[in-house]
Amino acid sequence: MTFIYIFPGSIGMDKEKTNPDITKEEKSAEDIALILSNPPHIKGGQTIKSIMWLVVLALVPATVNSILIYGLKAAIVILTAVISAVLAELVYQLIMKKPIAVGDGSAALTGLLLAMNIPPDAPFWVAGIGSIFSVIIVKQLFGGLGYNIFNPALAGRAFLMASWPVYMTTKWHRFTDTNVLSEGVANIGRIPQNAFDAITSATPLGALREAPKILSDLSASPQSLYDLIFSPHMYKTLLWGNIGGCIGETSALLLLLGALFLFYKRIITWHIPLSFIGTVAAFMLFYYSVKDVPGSNFINYFTLKMSLFHVLSGGIILGAFFMATDMVTSPVTHRGMIIFGIGCGLITSVIRIWGGYPEGVSYSILLMNAVVPLIDRYTKPRVFGTSLID
Amino acid sequence: MSFRGGIHPPEMKDLTKDKEFSNLPVPHTCYIPMQQHIGKPAKPVVEVGDTILEGQLIGATDGFISSNVHSSVPGKVIEIGTYPTVYTPLGQCVVIEAEGSFSNYALPEKAENWDTLEKDELLNRIREAGIVGLGGAAFPTSVKLTPPGTKPIDTLILNGSECEPYITVDDMLMKTFPRHILEGVLITLKILEIDKAYIGIEKNKPGAIAALKQEITALNLNSTIEVKALKTKYPQGAEKQLIKSIMNKEVPSRGLPMDIGAVIQNVSTIYAIREAVLYRKPLFDRYITVTGSIVKNPGNYKVRIGTRISDILADIGGLTEDPAKIIMGGPMCGTSIDSIDVPIVKGTNGVLFLSAKEVNMEPYKPCIRCGRCVAACPAGLIPCELGNAVEMDRFDLVKEFQPFDCIMCGSCSFVCPSRRPLSHFIKVAQQVSRSRK
Repeated sequence: MTFIYIFPGSIGMDKEKTNPDITKEEKSAEDIALILSNPPHIKGGQTIKSIMWLVVLALVPATVNSILIYGLKAAIVILTAVISAVLAELVYQLIMKKPIAVGDGSAALTGLLLAMNIPPDAPFWVAGIGSIFSVIIVKQLFGGLGYNIFNPALAGRAFLMASWPVYMTTKWHRFTDTNVLSEGVANIGRIPQNAFDAITSATPLGALREAPKILSDLSASPQSLYDLIFSPHMYKTLLWGNIGGCIGETSALLLLLGALFLFYKRIITWHIPLSFIGTVAAFMLFYYSVKDVPGSNFINYFTLKMSLFHVLSGGIILGAFFMATDMVTSPVTHRGMIIFGIGCGLITSVIRIWGGYPEGVSYSILLMNAVVPLIDRYTKPRVFGTSLID
Repeated sequence: MSFRGGIHPPEMKDLTKDKEFSNLPVPHTCYIPMQQHIGKPAKPVVEVGDTILEGQLIGATDGFISSNVHSSVPGKVIEIGTYPTVYTPLGQCVVIEAEGSFSNYALPEKAENWDTLEKDELLNRIREAGIVGLGGAAFPTSVKLTPPGTKPIDTLILNGSECEPYITVDDMLMKTFPRHILEGVLITLKILEIDKAYIGIEKNKPGAIAALKQEITALNLNSTIEVKALKTKYPQGAEKQLIKSIMNKEVPSRGLPMDIGAVIQNVSTIYAIREAVLYRKPLFDRYITVTGSIVKNPGNYKVRIGTRISDILADIGGLTEDPAKIIMGGPMCGTSIDSIDVPIVKGTNGVLFLSAKEVNMEPYKPCIRCGRCVAACPAGLIPCELGNAVEMDRFDLVKEFQPFDCIMCGSCSFVCPSRRPLSHFIKVAQQVSRSRK
């Protein structure tokens, strides 16, 4: 939308001084192009490119921490996912003769986010296929960046869950030395090896789901499970990440550090993460208040701790700050963002408690992605000078 | 108290904010456009070859919404022809070559006591002097000061917010001539037959706030005129947003300030009103900011209407580098021009030179729905959706998004990370919707 007009130069400046190559005769013949456009004539600092790469940067601490905990295999999964995503985008844009936009970082970010949602022991090619699916099917076939309906990384993860459920739900890291679950479960007492493995190799949420049944089969007290969950060691572990889970979701603290950076850079706003996490916290608070569990009462110390456990474990921190906030697939208005976040929180809680999976963050975001156009339609801001009623 | 949305562009006022006014030399030739205001162009009343005086009427008002145009220099009319102007690629201009002697407008001893003048006489002097809104809109001031009887006015707001980046002329006027500006406010209050005025100034101009407050106390006007220090946020100086910040009232959608009893005048306009009333001085010169990082001597200058930009550049020492864009006004709302020979008009508050580095030349990209334009829009619109509809030629969808409530502040385009020219799209939406009605 810029129009360039050329007109003979007479610019009131001393040309010879600034450009000694121009002689007097040439100067009069030289043309100066002035750009015409509608205002504004200046632009703010952030671009798609800077936003995408800053989000990648915000994920670096958590990524490095995961590689330190899970080792080389996690690094291979991450690299495979990122490289496949970038190459898939590049090849697609070359074949379809579209402008090459790989440098904007959105493909790399999709690959990284997908890798963070894959168990560390999953084979690396799973990550590669997932990335290609995310970039080609979920993003490019819908029209490319800006036109996709679903979060590419999460849709890629859903595709992998459907295609290779065993890799995606059991390939958790096997800690050779002890971690909080193995210590805690050992303290419970005599447990057969297979039951011990079933609990300790799972994620904290998996343990929460499976352990009561195993414990009752062994006629052990269910209280011991809650003792484990409430141990200070457990919270420390959830914050630092020395526990089973997807590659990226282990250290709540480092993810929060990255999220703070994104707040500081004004890339994300509080609306989605806070309403998402707040809804899960409130839901769990009331659920455990009503549920018949030893020690629970209406909003007491027990229910507060269960609520905190739910917020810090699984993919909520990663999902709420880095995935649900994906600009393309979330509402454009602040009111819409809050509704979106509450919806994500409700669906996550329902899946965690009554669903078939121990964790529901990714499906909750995908389901809410689908209703974004509807949310946008009903959360238009009030136009200045119109009454609040219409 | 403030308004919804808004942005914080780099202020860039340090280039000129402490530069005191200086007079630029009288140009050898003045190119005075007949269209310097909203409404019908003035009709030339001189002929080629006429010898005229400084301040002589050369274009007469033609219709209710129109304005007189006066000569900026004494001299000879050498041509009445079409030249590039800021509003049209080619507009009718009276070209005057300076010669002869200058009369003495604006000398203090000629000041008249305006207190004894009737309201109609005051208005008449403003109309005769060809005063228009000098903030940029250039709406004839005498028309604005005579609202229809069905719209009772109770508040005058002096707009000293100057939220445009780079421009510092109103700031310097308030710091240099606080007493003159208060006098202009009193004259305007008398015309409107009201007794309450607010002066809205952004907090980034502490000098102007202090100077006006001090004068108000010195003149014992505390009960009449109140200075309101406003949050530094663009577009604080947009009429509707300024009223919201000061009176906490919203001008109805697609209405005017007078619908809620307010009249807004810009600082430069008030200054010109005083000169017109006290000295019967026609509006033939004004203060402007000439600025930009590539200007050798940026500053606040007094120039005669009709001075070409090329003459100004020659007088102030030129540029250090070729400009990529020349803008009449500020970078957010100003008009880009395609010729260095465009003359200064009444509504020009500044001339800004941007280098190629400072001009965005990237092609725009698809909307990524980040919602920043929605958060920034002071009018409560959804600029991204409007932009998408225009881009896809879906003008049937446009109406739902109320493009006519857009105030053209450009905040949406400024914040867009995809560099989408959103306010341009909205302007297209308005034009197409109008033409299809």
